[in-house]
Amino acid sequence: MFNTIEELIERANHWGSVTEAMIQVEMTQSETSREEILAHMKKNKDVMFQSIKKGVGGVTSVTGLTGGDAKKMHDYLGGENFLSGKYILTAVQNAIAVNEVNAQMGLICANPTAGSAGVAAGVLAAVTEQKQLNEEQQLQFLFTAGAFGLVIANNASISGAAGGCQAEIGSASAMASAGLVEISGGTPEQCAQAVAITLKNMLGLICDPVAGLVEVPCVKRNALGASQAYVSADMALAGITSVIPPDEVIKAMHKVGMQMPSIFKETAEGGLAVTPTGKKISQKIYG
Amino acid sequence: MSNNQFKSVFDIIGPVMVGPSSSHTAGAARIGKVVRQIFGEQPETVDILLYESFAKTYRGHGTDIAIVGGLLGMEPDDPRLADSLKIAYENKMEVLFVPKKEAAEHPNQVTLIVKKGERKMRVTGISIGGGNIQISELNGFKIHINMGTPTVLIVHQDVPGVIAEVTDVFRKLNINIATMTDSRAAKGEQAIMILEIDERSTADALEKIKKIANVHNVSFFI
Repeated sequence: MFNTIEELIERANHWGSVTEAMIQVEMTQSETSREEILAHMKKNKDVMFQSIKKGVGGVTSVTGLTGGDAKKMHDYLGGENFLSGKYILTAVQNAIAVNEVNAQMGLICANPTAGSAGVAAGVLAAVTEQKQLNEEQQLQFLFTAGAFGLVIANNASISGAAGGCQAEIGSASAMASAGLVEISGGTPEQCAQAVAITLKNMLGLICDPVAGLVEVPCVKRNALGASQAYVSADMALAGITSVIPPDEVIKAMHKVGMQMPSIFKETAEGGLAVTPTGKKISQKIYG
Repeated sequence: MSNNQFKSVFDIIGPVMVGPSSSHTAGAARIGKVVRQIFGEQPETVDILLYESFAKTYRGHGTDIAIVGGLLGMEPDDPRLADSLKIAYENKMEVLFVPKKEAAEHPNQVTLIVKKGERKMRVTGISIGGGNIQISELNGFKIHINMGTPTVLIVHQDVPGVIAEVTDVFRKLNINIATMTDSRAAKGEQAIMILEIDERSTADALEKIKKIANVHNVSFFI
């Protein structure tokens, strides 16, 4: 097992890629075969793509608070007048779709959590379309994302209740950026730089769900987390590096999470949850 | 072995689950299911004490229905989760939710008090993120059970020879014990033995352990 990004990169250089390092560790840890591990990941990937398809078709959450935005983005993408790149917006559309399905209590694959499940899945489906990825490459994206996610989970947090939204959307976006670098031919070191660049921009992001629901602002934060993954992957591929090394960024993220007051950690007692509109929504739902 | 809480790539990419929250829905369902496994049967009544973030946001996240679904044996991806309260009612399992005001050791913590007839068990679980859980207390004993490692949990009377008989079962079946702890309430009182083993299929061993005198309850999970 690798405990730090530095160790992960060492293993990746030894085995040839982050993906291969992750698969080797998984085989040892779980005592299962490569075939079983690949089949498990494929099953998870299929659920991701199914949830995107369902969400883009248009869904409404259990409370009626969110839904329909993935379809709006899909229709908008059908025109020619959008400002940012087509595939960034496709990732945005997909990320929204997954989280709208999640809020509908539909079937999703946590990635690393349910509240942030849209980011990596949305980016993966977008880049699949963009680069015509085959299944092997799709799985490479996920094993790489998972490897960096493991280091973040063990050294900081992937729980909004423990570390705020930086732990959820921040981790998800960092994982997706690493996946993008891997399937674009970047080095393990460049994957790590993308992770650091992404996390640095997410430090301090609070978890402030309106009415305690995984809807507002979660759905839109998934969208923007996905767009950020694209940008930081490009920065890393351009050779831009983080002045603060990736492992130190993760340690900082852990500290920030510990120092964050509990009103900003999934208790619905701070931020957007206690705005006049946030409170009104909560009252309407719970009476 | 490292002491990392997260060991598998599927702790991060996964689980496949019904929304909306991995910690508050999927993790909650897993805690319910493990408690059911430890108790060994469907309880008649369950008191569900919710702490901190679980207490404050459980309704919006479906934590309540997820815990009950787990107690009924459902997995986090079971489409019947949404109807678990109704199913519990039909199956005559009575549930009571108590959001607690006091602070807890972990922000996502729940204590389940399960009863059937004369049998009663108190188990605390925590949801540590991404649907991953730990069991931190059983009948007042501080314990530490991580999911993902084959673990045998034995509730027994604190009398001479029980530990030897249990380890003898594993020896005869050539199953290696990786770690082992045993703690007791007081001399001669109830004790809890936790063994992590290097084997995933254990039906044989469990049957034999159940027959050992002064063993009250045996459960196994991975």
